[in-house]
Amino acid sequence: MAPAPSSTNSAVTLNINGEKHTLTVDHRTTLLDALRERLDLTGTKKGCDQGQCGACTVLLDGRRAVSCLQLAVAAEGREITTIEGVAQGEKLHPVQQAFLDLDGYQCGYCTPGQICSAIAVIEEHAAGWPSAATDDVRPAAAPPPLTPEEIRERMSGNLCRCGAYVSIVQAVARAAGIETEAAQTEGVETEGAAA
Amino acid sequence: MREFTYQRALDVSGAVALLDADPDARFLGGGTNLVDLMKTGVERPAQLVDVRELPLDHIEVTGDGGLRIGATVTNSDLAAHPEVRGRYPALAQAVLAGASGQLRNMATIGGNLLQRTRCGYFADVTKPCNKRVPGSGCPAATGEHHNHAILGASEHCVATHPSDMGVALAAFDAVITYETIDGPGELPLAEFYLPVGDTPHLETALPPGALITGVTLPPAPVAAHSRYRKVRERASYAFAIGSIAAALDARDGVVRDVRLAFGAVASHPWRARTAERALVGAPADAAAFAAAADAELAAAKPLPHNGYKVTLMRNLVVAVLTELAEEAAR
Amino acid sequence: MTTATTGTRAVKASVGTAHTRVEGRDKVTGTARYAGEIPFAELAHGWLVLSTAARGRIRSIETAPVLAMPGVLTVLHNENAPPLDTDYMGMLGKPDPTAAVFQHDRVPHVGWPVALVVAETSEQAREAAEVLAVHYEQEPHDIAFSADRPDAYTLDGFSPAVTEKGDLEAELGASATVVDAEYTTPEEHHNPMEPHAATALWDGGRLEVVDSNQGTTWVAGEIANMFSLDPGSVRVRSEHVGGGFGSKGLRAHQVAAVMAATVLQRPVRVVMTRRQMFSLAGYRSPTTQRVRLGADADGRLRALDHSSLSATSTVHEFIESSAGPARTMYDADAHHTANRVVRLDVPTPTFMRAPGEAPGSFALESAFDELAEKVGIDPIELRVRNEPERGPVSGLPFSSRNLIACFREGARRFGWADRDPRPGVRRDGRWLLGTGTAAASFGAGAGPSTAAVTAEADGTFTVRVNAADIGTGARTALTLVAADALETTPDQVRVRIGDSDLGPAMLAGGSMGTRSWAWAVTLAADELRERLALNTGVPPEGITVRSDTTAAIGALSQKERHSFGAQFAEVAVDPATGEVRVRRMLGMFAAGRIVNPLTARNQFVGGMTWGISMALHEEAVRDRATGGHYGADLAGYHVAAHADVPYIEADWVDDVDPEDPVGIKGIGEIGIVGAAAAVANAVWHATGVRHRNLPIRPDRVLTAGGHA
Repeated sequence: MAPAPSSTNSAVTLNINGEKHTLTVDHRTTLLDALRERLDLTGTKKGCDQGQCGACTVLLDGRRAVSCLQLAVAAEGREITTIEGVAQGEKLHPVQQAFLDLDGYQCGYCTPGQICSAIAVIEEHAAGWPSAATDDVRPAAAPPPLTPEEIRERMSGNLCRCGAYVSIVQAVARAAGIETEAAQTEGVETEGAAA
Repeated sequence: MREFTYQRALDVSGAVALLDADPDARFLGGGTNLVDLMKTGVERPAQLVDVRELPLDHIEVTGDGGLRIGATVTNSDLAAHPEVRGRYPALAQAVLAGASGQLRNMATIGGNLLQRTRCGYFADVTKPCNKRVPGSGCPAATGEHHNHAILGASEHCVATHPSDMGVALAAFDAVITYETIDGPGELPLAEFYLPVGDTPHLETALPPGALITGVTLPPAPVAAHSRYRKVRERASYAFAIGSIAAALDARDGVVRDVRLAFGAVASHPWRARTAERALVGAPADAAAFAAAADAELAAAKPLPHNGYKVTLMRNLVVAVLTELAEEAAR
Repeated sequence: MTTATTGTRAVKASVGTAHTRVEGRDKVTGTARYAGEIPFAELAHGWLVLSTAARGRIRSIETAPVLAMPGVLTVLHNENAPPLDTDYMGMLGKPDPTAAVFQHDRVPHVGWPVALVVAETSEQAREAAEVLAVHYEQEPHDIAFSADRPDAYTLDGFSPAVTEKGDLEAELGASATVVDAEYTTPEEHHNPMEPHAATALWDGGRLEVVDSNQGTTWVAGEIANMFSLDPGSVRVRSEHVGGGFGSKGLRAHQVAAVMAATVLQRPVRVVMTRRQMFSLAGYRSPTTQRVRLGADADGRLRALDHSSLSATSTVHEFIESSAGPARTMYDADAHHTANRVVRLDVPTPTFMRAPGEAPGSFALESAFDELAEKVGIDPIELRVRNEPERGPVSGLPFSSRNLIACFREGARRFGWADRDPRPGVRRDGRWLLGTGTAAASFGAGAGPSTAAVTAEADGTFTVRVNAADIGTGARTALTLVAADALETTPDQVRVRIGDSDLGPAMLAGGSMGTRSWAWAVTLAADELRERLALNTGVPPEGITVRSDTTAAIGALSQKERHSFGAQFAEVAVDPATGEVRVRRMLGMFAAGRIVNPLTARNQFVGGMTWGISMALHEEAVRDRATGGHYGADLAGYHVAAHADVPYIEADWVDDVDPEDPVGIKGIGEIGIVGAAAAVANAVWHATGVRHRNLPIRPDRVLTAGGHA
């Protein structure tokens, strides 16, 4: 239910996946809850609501962030991309396609967060950002290759309780154009059942 | 979470004025700690003043070769900055060792310094905690404390400061700059965090209503040869059980300059000055490193279940300084 | 009328071919809707209030100030809640009364549900729940779990508490080598990524619950029983489930939501917070286990004694049957196993991925490694020498037992033959390296299910079976099974699951789900294919055939039916910091027919990942003073993160049970069995120190010392 305007709520315009949404939010409402409860954008998941699991990862101004600790009112003016805005129409984003092809999930609940995070990981790496897995962070050192170890460290803010990490890492690597250990994909039939 | 008013500050003086008018107000930076604490009921502000968009998001090399880091610089931008990575690699490593990519994109330098302890008693409003409710007691000493302080704590509080970044800042003599309604001020990091004593709820020497505007790092050639090592209970995305920021200048097998700071062992990032003093002029070898660590850790007062931290910190000092010494000798 | 094409063309077998998930596109685009994500007009939000007292009574609840808060619609508690019935037998026995909320003023543990606040928005409900003042009359509590509890008692679970044969003390006395060790595992929590969520509403005289659970037949039955409703008037839907691992059955949130929807006559959603899940969602009890093994000089067992103690609440009996694996794995002249429990002022534990087997295999398979060390026999050879002909306790034949094949193939791939058995002698920089192995088994069962398969007029097929896909890939597996049974391709088959209106079916549990549902689907599809072969054409409404496997399952011969596996791990241990990293893992399994290699491999690897997590990370800590948890969230309770999990290889050997009509054994749980022991055994091999208490935290490694 939408709150009435008062000193503890505000009318905001949120720019989500290129579309503007104007709504009145209780200041307490997080971006995550605004997406899920108010805008019917339920692809962004609530796993812990405390910044401890990464399921609610979205892109804010192109950078990954946990939407559970982002107040909706404070997100005004920022460019918000959710899992719903990642594909180009019917064509999946390469990260989405790799998750699908390599079974980079099980229950699927952490998946939108993993995918949003992975998209950003590939961009952060391309921008030359080091990670905690990078041996030498000095700019004089060559930028680290995106090894499985680098992917694991950079993706560690996204918990997957089903334990699909191995295939998630393979999917991120494939989307980044790197082949890792035994990505078991030979002879995989693609999705498809009667609608 | 109670209802609150929200205002976005447009400039520093406006932000400070807004907060000064309301003792129940808080500055909102990245929100990674404050919003969580509001959800758990630890913080119940009546007003939030959003300072994230203040023009304090620059990193500059100072005239003397140090660095000036704005308070709203995100952890990510700090760790990715070439001048940080080149001049103070341990600082970049410390930031990268903290939290997750998502949180580092949100968290700000000012907020990082002010983040609250991750002690499970503090974070749970159904339990006593002197830091949260002065005088309510500290259950940690007789309860769960395997990741609590061994240095500088008191019977009133044995919580640790969770920052990784702060450990590197402590090693490099950072100075915190702030603004109050009466004008600007500054505090060396060494004086920024208050001793625990019997007032664990009073954490910093910032004047009431002050807004952190930045951190200045003085030039430190030794910092170019520095490293941050963090030990935690999983390989990533966890708070430290012990960490170390170390920098070493050793020539001809002798320590010329050294910086050492410990994380996750005290209520604030712990500058190991005793060890540093013992090391300057000493041989750059494992025996000297161990002796220096022992000198520092002689002051440790471990609880029944966190005595391992004494061993851990001693081993970290030896391991990391040895690595740095070997690299210097190459 | 159209003519069905089934049975008239040669179609490539789908079972056994890797196939991406049929709902995969929905999952990667965020369009798959989970329980808390389906919109309803006039939806109200419920927020549970949990007890902060560990034992006592509710003296009073100050509802008036909360009812005056903005948006608050009602507060339900023990003085105004509708009465519930808990005196019934559900699908898994008597219900845990924890779910029967607000029925009395007794408080049996911290985190006991004492009220539900319902408001227009979740923000309003949360704040109202936070300020609701509940006053307790507190009594001293007892949460001290230890091996020497005098009030522990034996308790039958789904298997007998105690099995005994032979004279244990005599055989131990006659043994050349004896291992006698105590192992402990901590309280562990499922923590599925999707918190438990339910929306309840009354619609045209029927109660509908949109939920996240592991079986809507199960949950609908529990709700009908508890609210004394006609079973036909309760519909529970659960289309996508964000993980369960045993925790998603009937819980307080569904019952509270139904109560509130009934009182308010509007849809009410109740979602657990992550912190609340630690009290309300069940968990795996801590265990202390003593294992005694006595062997001849050649390693053959004379004596095996496995005794386990776990905890339960004061309101319900649940036992973690950790002494169970020995009844399948190894025989001995004297063979004793016993499961005991102690009642404490804690929440009721429940099934958690491989209940009994996960902690039990840690103790038993660690003890076997200790025996191998003591008798100087390779751990794999020791297991070969102790491979039983028949069930050690039951005396029944095994339907198939390919454990040794798993070890042989696993050893080949892992490079076991080159292993130097000496501990503490391999180094890579600051890391000590070691390898370890352990055996695994898990029961292969099936539960009665119904299914309906329809040949549609357009030539496609619709399968209706009330399965639950909690991430296992069941929906896809059933599509493949149906396609083969119907001699068609998967793209011609749509599978409907997760709705109690589809008819009774087994829940997703005990690694029995896919086998049970596939059986029902196969029966119906086989008959439908025969009907279609008559070439009478398909009417516009289609042709539907229904099945019920109750009789077929009842007719199965008595045998020891299990999956088996061999786990291998390589670890690195930094003796200076106590850090342990798993460098690689391999699991070889004999787990029946593998329906979908793509998702099956993921299931095995997922289980093994749980094994890493169990070995190194997971531990819920209770605060003695308050009786509640310390650090009940995902920052305090560590599950393995990406950086903890290396490349893990899982594969399988042929494992055919010719008697079984579907050939599936179930793969959801065996991956965790033995995995923690393999890691712990590798830590010993790296350092020379045995770690008998999980998790193997850095402080424990540092304190234990060893080769540095």
